[in-house]
Amino acid sequence: MELLLDIVSWILLISGSFFTLTGALGLFRFPDFFTRTHAAGVTDTAGAGLILTGLMLQAGWGLVLAKLLLILLFSLLASTTACHAMAKAALKSGLKPQTVNDNSNSEEETSSKP
Amino acid sequence: MYIIPAVILLIVMGIALCRAFMGPTLYDRILAVNTFGTKTVLFIAVIDFLSGRQAFLDIAIVYALINFISVIGILRFFEYSSKTALAEED
Repeated sequence: MELLLDIVSWILLISGSFFTLTGALGLFRFPDFFTRTHAAGVTDTAGAGLILTGLMLQAGWGLVLAKLLLILLFSLLASTTACHAMAKAALKSGLKPQTVNDNSNSEEETSSKP
Repeated sequence: MYIIPAVILLIVMGIALCRAFMGPTLYDRILAVNTFGTKTVLFIAVIDFLSGRQAFLDIAIVYALINFISVIGILRFFEYSSKTALAEED
């Protein structure tokens, strides 16, 4: 039973860190702010969720499990709300998302900044 | 077992900092700092399990709270200053 818990939590930890890494790579390479919010969202929800559930399996029943549940619940709620607030503030302050037709006619006139 | 997630989380925090320095607009920087904060929470939890006795989970909870409030505070602060000037600065 103990070995099973170790294996499952090891798989969860590795996949969680894989999602965090790919999300961070997306955060680094995406061309536009609004695409980067997607990448940051991936790391916040998928990465945090998997890593914390992996840790939860190791913690066993007790106060530590309750704290990890609290962290998971709150980080899921907080990061999505923060991402939404950021996108709304950016859109309201005049930052336009880079759409397809921006690329095609951006040679003639200076379209929205990336 | 906890070494690999800890190292990967450090790499991710480095990448988030690079985005914070390179980010053209203000909102890229806020996004990068927010990602850095949430990864710190995860890093504290992983290091906590690495060191055996779980003593620092309370700090991770408080850090998640503070990170969220600071992002909302920064957005609210920049919302009321000059609106369009900040979005176009490169």
